[in-house]
Amino acid sequence: MKKEDVPQHDAKAFMGHSKVLYAEDAEGRYVKEPCSGWEAEEIVLEQAIAEFDQRAADAWERARRGTGSALEYHMYRERMDVLLLAQSTGYFKWRVRRHLRSGAFAALPAARRERYAEALGKPADELDTLPDRP
Amino acid sequence: MNDATCSPDIEIPFDHQQSAHCESGAISALLRHGGLPISEPMAFGIAAGMTFAYLPFVKFGGLPLFAYRMPPGQVIRGLTRRLGIRMHTETFKQPAAGMQALDRQLAQGRVVGIQTSAYWLTYFPPDMRFHFNAHNLVVYGKRGSDYLISDPVIDIRVECNENDLKKARFTRGVMAPHGRLYYPLSIPEQPDMTRAIVKSIRFTTGMMLRTPLPILGVHGIRTVARKINRLNPDATHYNKLLLGHIVRMQEEIGTGGAGFRFLYASFLQEAADLLDRPGLAAIARDLTEVGDEWRRFALHAAKMCKDRMPMDYPLLASQLRQCAESEAAIYRSLRAEVK
Repeated sequence: MKKEDVPQHDAKAFMGHSKVLYAEDAEGRYVKEPCSGWEAEEIVLEQAIAEFDQRAADAWERARRGTGSALEYHMYRERMDVLLLAQSTGYFKWRVRRHLRSGAFAALPAARRERYAEALGKPADELDTLPDRP
Repeated sequence: MNDATCSPDIEIPFDHQQSAHCESGAISALLRHGGLPISEPMAFGIAAGMTFAYLPFVKFGGLPLFAYRMPPGQVIRGLTRRLGIRMHTETFKQPAAGMQALDRQLAQGRVVGIQTSAYWLTYFPPDMRFHFNAHNLVVYGKRGSDYLISDPVIDIRVECNENDLKKARFTRGVMAPHGRLYYPLSIPEQPDMTRAIVKSIRFTTGMMLRTPLPILGVHGIRTVARKINRLNPDATHYNKLLLGHIVRMQEEIGTGGAGFRFLYASFLQEAADLLDRPGLAAIARDLTEVGDEWRRFALHAAKMCKDRMPMDYPLLASQLRQCAESEAAIYRSLRAEVK
């Protein structure tokens, strides 16, 4: 890639920052060139975030209806899934799945709730509650 | 309130340079600080950091792992081993001990590299924060309760509160950092660059060409091409997630463009001058062209995800196959070049 072909699409996600790409200058020598964003990267980043948002919104809906839990909503909100949450708490996946059932998390002893609070970076009480909208 | 908070401010003079990739950026910055002038591409190349791996049994968000570089830690290990650099590396069971050790190093005037999760670093833009436990950065001071940080992938110097940094250093899970802290203990005055470069090129080309499993190296790229060709056309949502995931691994996760191919081409160019072998520079140009093809593949795949282009799996597959064939030819001539 030539230096002047390095895309400068001012990606929202970069918030004014830029990253570095390696590209060729006029003599064909490689140099570091700042890049403020690229269409392809923006699309796939938005896609990844939208997927988490969608899962969080679905979980929020289920929790509202009483068929899911606030914990599941917070899991997706913090960009995790069952596997990642299991790895971050040290519990088996089947155990995390059980804790994700409606009411199960509230019944856990404080120490176990604390493991989730630690992994998700939120106080345990907050993991019991749903915000007004997803 | 621990006594660390009351300690005087420390700022060790450190030259912050933005780099493409966190690990090669952090280690080359530490070595430059220690008196060995080495560029990021040179560090990455000698470490034999470039590869391709498709690991269907490792899942991220339900999607298989596509890696364009060696596993985390290999860049530092490979580079320091080939150049005869001795490193000090520490991990900690207790977060408090890890933070105290960091403060102690800074108080002694030592700049250190640490491994962290990228998600809990508050200075990252929110949309760029994902759970990745093998991010690397350099700490060069502390002001009040904020650490002064030279993050290799960020364009400016940043700061991070001690509580946030503690969380980032001690996340649990896959590749958990355990507060890993490192710095070079001794750097040879005149490391044998020629030998290191030749050895690393043999390693990289061997890995790309002579792998027993069809999920690594050039074989791995062909396998992914075949997989894309055989995607179930009805499962559009999953297919788009998969393609988006490949493109993110290739471009977004600090690769310097085209999944480290440009970074490696830059290394070959530098090596050509250092070893006075113009053949390497010619191969660098070929690798740049493959990199451009990888970028075209990424742009097509992304546009198809967003319906800005009709979904065309055979097109993407043929682009990947072309990358695989061109790369195979490049690694063969590289091997001949360093014979």
